[in-house]
Amino acid sequence: MRKPFATVLEAATSLSNKTGSWRTMRPEYIKMVPPCNSTCPVGENIQLWLSLAKTEKFQEAWEIITESNPFPAIMGRVCYHTCEKTCNREQFDGAVNINLLERSIGDMAIAQGWSFRKIAPCSEKKILIVGSGPSGLTAAYFLKILGYNVIVYESHLKPGGMMRYGVPKYRLPRRIIDAEIKRITDMGVKIICQKEIAKIRTELDNFDVIYLAIGACKASKTDIEIKNTPHIFDAVDLFGKLEDDFTNFPPLGKKVLVYGGGNTAIDAARTALRLGAQDVKIIYRRTIRNMPSHETEINEALAEGIEILCLRTINSIDGNKIFINKMNYDEKYDILSLSKETEILHADSVILAIGQSVDESILKGIDGIKISEKGVIETDKNMMTGVSGIFAGGDAVSGKRTVTSAIGQAKKAAKCIDAYLRGTELIPNIRGEVVNFKKLNTDYFNKNARVGIAKSNDISFEEKDVSYSKNEIITEASRCFSCGNCFHCDNCYGYCPDNAIIKCPDGNLEINYDYCKGCGICATECPCGAIKMIIDDK
Amino acid sequence: MSNPTLGNRLSKDDITIQSSSNRNNSLTCGHRACQGCGEALGARCAIDAAHHATGGKIIIVNATGCLEVFSCSFPESAWNVPWFHSLFGNAPAVASGVAAALRITGKEDIRVIAQGGDGATCDIGMGCLSGMFERNDDVLYICYDNQAYMNTGVQRSGATPPLARTATTVPHKNYLGNDPQIGKNISQIAIAHEIPYVATASIGNIQDIEKKIAKAIHIRGSKYLHIHVPCPLGWGFPTSETIRIAKLAIQCGLFPLFEAQYGKLYGSIPIDDPIPVEDYLKPQKRFAHLFGKNATPDAVSVLQEVANSNIVKYGLNGGDI
Repeated sequence: MRKPFATVLEAATSLSNKTGSWRTMRPEYIKMVPPCNSTCPVGENIQLWLSLAKTEKFQEAWEIITESNPFPAIMGRVCYHTCEKTCNREQFDGAVNINLLERSIGDMAIAQGWSFRKIAPCSEKKILIVGSGPSGLTAAYFLKILGYNVIVYESHLKPGGMMRYGVPKYRLPRRIIDAEIKRITDMGVKIICQKEIAKIRTELDNFDVIYLAIGACKASKTDIEIKNTPHIFDAVDLFGKLEDDFTNFPPLGKKVLVYGGGNTAIDAARTALRLGAQDVKIIYRRTIRNMPSHETEINEALAEGIEILCLRTINSIDGNKIFINKMNYDEKYDILSLSKETEILHADSVILAIGQSVDESILKGIDGIKISEKGVIETDKNMMTGVSGIFAGGDAVSGKRTVTSAIGQAKKAAKCIDAYLRGTELIPNIRGEVVNFKKLNTDYFNKNARVGIAKSNDISFEEKDVSYSKNEIITEASRCFSCGNCFHCDNCYGYCPDNAIIKCPDGNLEINYDYCKGCGICATECPCGAIKMIIDDK
Repeated sequence: MSNPTLGNRLSKDDITIQSSSNRNNSLTCGHRACQGCGEALGARCAIDAAHHATGGKIIIVNATGCLEVFSCSFPESAWNVPWFHSLFGNAPAVASGVAAALRITGKEDIRVIAQGGDGATCDIGMGCLSGMFERNDDVLYICYDNQAYMNTGVQRSGATPPLARTATTVPHKNYLGNDPQIGKNISQIAIAHEIPYVATASIGNIQDIEKKIAKAIHIRGSKYLHIHVPCPLGWGFPTSETIRIAKLAIQCGLFPLFEAQYGKLYGSIPIDDPIPVEDYLKPQKRFAHLFGKNATPDAVSVLQEVANSNIVKYGLNGGDI
């Protein structure tokens, strides 16, 4: 081409000027751990399933939940959702209602009849699971997925353990338990009910591994002096009768006293109210703030008219007279002492809910299984008891005694059992850095309060609230900040002054280090903290 | 105030052209703007929007300034659009000529944009710009306002805000930086010409830039768009904070976003909860002398007064204009 007068250079593009050489800091896309995931005792990838739910991929969301937890509908009702307490949105306009979302997706799965993927058996190895509570069934579920032959023994009439015999119907409808357990038996897990185990030792000859998920169902003993009254019950026994043997359920009368401060005490009191009692009181030794029961449960009980009498112990019972000692409690040093004050209460019946322990009688005759001072089975870091091939988990091991921790433990136990049968070592998960609120750029989020749900005030065995509708699921799941995980908002791409972000055809983003000058705008404007600036020493 | 993210929106109206992988990248990679340059981002965003609205039928006339220097050091050009540069002061006149040539050859579907920094607009090219407005030539003039002559070393311009430190307004003893009594409000000067369209925009609100360009580009006659583009180097803030600073300027009321037609204001973007001007000034070194050991609280109140009067004047509190 003929050049204009005095021009010696050809016209060119600035693309030959690789401005990436100016850089001292480089941006990198990272995936960080959202706080919900980091605190979930089951290890659910909550952020991931929320992101699927908000784009209407409900079944995919459900599949992600069930990678960690086979009971979404149950957990969505009874889990104490530590995830929501740490949710970064809590510091903005209220945590995402993860618990209700899980329940809603779980209910959708039941309504639509979604099933677990079918697993072809790949192993001749046989595993016996003792106990069909959340821990036992979760272990069965994961071991079945891994291809093992799994049989579950259950001493009660129906499977479910404490989910059925410890959680009242108004918190967990039985059809939900039945539906979620059926999905596990549909996979080929055999559950044999009303099967008492005489000798565990001999079962070891028939099975390669035994997993003890026997729970803690023996009511703890008290030293209350009792005279002239048959109307004293253990909460656990009452729950069992309510479920399986209602014809023999004892009359509780109009005035009921419940002794204890845990969730079982609250459940017992609320159940008594539903069975016709008119005056229900809970007696607890310390103050209401020290009750081990969950706060929402206490509030619901109070709202139903249950009275909680704190700083009191039952000294003795004689007929309808309950002799109470008032207590002094030093909260700072956790010192309880009897005060000189006493009082007498009247009640038609007394329900004891002062804790449960592991029924050691099942374990008799096995040398090597040790019971710790706290009354639980001792295991090593791989959840194995002192006897090779016998593992244990759930309430029988843990001190937490929640469905969630039982499921979390069983998930780990399944991995340990698999490693044991393969003769390999379990590689522990390395957890990444957790995203805190400061790492987010909340300029890009609108304040949107959580989607509310109506609660009935009826006191009955029906559930008090309902699940979210499809649209409500989408709205509530959309509130997730997606902490530490790119949600393709394109801020980095749109705000880069140097066009140094490449949008790949699959929607993923890459940084073009040829031109990235390292200004850091992308990292600052990333709403969810998924870009990190690091020193560029290349 | 919360801003929507650039892409991934439920409402299609909120999705920006900048988030699209099909954007023109009118100002492409390899330009020599400093790290975190607001002007480079503002220019790409505005010209991409114009390119999108006209199907690529645009001609750009660029005044001398940062934008011209960093995008076109001969023979390399970073522009993916027809682009023209003559002198510092004559961009509006050249653009008027281009528009006249297009009219005479019957190619009025090709739209003309003149653009420059605040120096070319307020000071050096003021005469040509005023003439272009007066004749109502069919040109969209875009001013990228970084509030000083950054390219030559941060000297004061007619758009430098009160009390800012520049290389020519260095605070000393009783002198607190740029004198509050002088300077030009160039958007108001444009409105006074009663041209068809005048608007302000900011890179703190990309959606708004794109909407205003799309509106302005098809209006026949003179249009003026004033885009606030923070400069990390000249203002003294970290390169990563450009967008944040732009947003703070909007949120405190010092940079109002408004529109005017034929000499009359008719709309503005309200700010829900105005922040104190300190929040915007403190992160910038050019205002550091207002906050240090020898700080004079009265000085900041001068700027707060400006913000307060903007809020009332432009209806940023949702009130009437």
